[in-house]
Amino acid sequence: MSGAERPTLSRAQIAACVAASLQDGWYVNVGIGMPTLVPNHLPPAVEIVIHSENGILGVGPTPAPEMADPDLVNAGRELVTLLPGASLFSHLESFAMIRGGHLDVAILGGYQVSEGGDLANWTVKGAELGNPGGAMDLAVGAKRVFVMMEHVTRDGALKIVRACDYPLTGIACVTTIFTDVAVIDVTPAGLVLREVAPGWDPAAVQAITEPRLLVPAPPRTIGG
Amino acid sequence: MQPGRRQSTAQDVDDEREARTLARGDDRSARRIVETQLVGGVAHGFERKGHLVGVRLDKLRSSATAAIAEVRDGDTLMVGGFGDAGVPFALLDALVERGVKDLTVIANNCGTGERGLAALFRHRMVLRVFASFPAQPGNHHFAESYRSGQTELVLVPQGTLVERIRAAGAGLGGVLTPTGVGTLVAEGKDVIVVDDRPYLLEKPLHADVALVKAHVADASGNLRYRLSSRNFNPIMATAARLTIAEVESLVELGALDPDDVHTPGVYVDRMFVSGGASGG
Repeated sequence: MSGAERPTLSRAQIAACVAASLQDGWYVNVGIGMPTLVPNHLPPAVEIVIHSENGILGVGPTPAPEMADPDLVNAGRELVTLLPGASLFSHLESFAMIRGGHLDVAILGGYQVSEGGDLANWTVKGAELGNPGGAMDLAVGAKRVFVMMEHVTRDGALKIVRACDYPLTGIACVTTIFTDVAVIDVTPAGLVLREVAPGWDPAAVQAITEPRLLVPAPPRTIGG
Repeated sequence: MQPGRRQSTAQDVDDEREARTLARGDDRSARRIVETQLVGGVAHGFERKGHLVGVRLDKLRSSATAAIAEVRDGDTLMVGGFGDAGVPFALLDALVERGVKDLTVIANNCGTGERGLAALFRHRMVLRVFASFPAQPGNHHFAESYRSGQTELVLVPQGTLVERIRAAGAGLGGVLTPTGVGTLVAEGKDVIVVDDRPYLLEKPLHADVALVKAHVADASGNLRYRLSSRNFNPIMATAARLTIAEVESLVELGALDPDDVHTPGVYVDRMFVSGGASGG
């Protein structure tokens, strides 16, 4: 794989990159897995309200052990706290909020994203079991869908593809892809390379991306 | 539930007697309930011909076993909870102890560890399960039941699951949702285009019995949940022919502010006071 010798971003650096794209005051659903790192990297001037699909707006940080309450967990079943101004509601309300377009962004993990913004993230090809969970609702409902993932699999298989061959979560739903080498916007014209990791250039990113990348302007360097 | 399945038994009569004792204590506390209502100005005239009006002692059962007495083999069962939060563990323990079989279960998860939903799978009590998130660490009893062919799995996206339950409880013929269009969950379902956008027609999910878990109940069956243990519970309470609530504590009428009632008592048929969080 060309570019294998180039440095890639750590998961924390990808999270920081996503966090830098969030705007003050946004209501944000944070998916399980890598997306849970994002709130740790918010710029100081940015405050967001975190939504958890199991009925919380205003999720706070992990509690000290003596403050943990088994009735208060997030979508990943991890113990959490409530911030001042938080609210609690049922699943009915929570998913009305999701599908009704009331959340500014959903940050999800991904196995594959297609040129047209299709997302596959709930099960791998040929798996015995999978969990659609709330991802299918988030994919169709949030105002924006940010996907965080490695640019290629551990085996070097491409994850940004012309068409997903893993079972789909949603069609034409992804807004922006954040990987360990690039930030790519899904636009009606195609995939637009917006930012690259230090040491990367458009040709190197294109080499590990199946669909053609549009580069209308020189990409910014992430963290630069 | 067939009407014939709710005939009173000697056990019921005993339960009811005990429930009255639980709820009312003695004559003095019965008067206190009435006075609370009058002072609170919530309503008046609760005492009529010496009986308390609005106190539904017939809903109370003295044990989890008595509360689930009407569950039958082959029933479709909704079970509240998300992970371990809001799961009616004591009611599930009682079901396992009694050993009902051939159940269809509607729940978000399929249980982890040894208790709760996991125990239903361990004892091969489930023929079919509707869930959004069955695959997770510690779900070995579900996985084994699924692999052996004992249990059929129907995957339902989480928001669709709750809307299908709501549709049943609200008397609707289904819902149109954009969720799942173009995915595996759309297979076999009608796609209906409204204003140029495609939606899946998702049909209601009804149940014979809903098992829910609440933090507080009053004597008429009004329920209030706590923190994120609310989740599916209030919706499931509306969608079954018999709703059984496991509650951590019971308070007198009027002690639950009407503004704080999450599930109005009209939906609740049976209650069991667990006396505390039943844990996972």
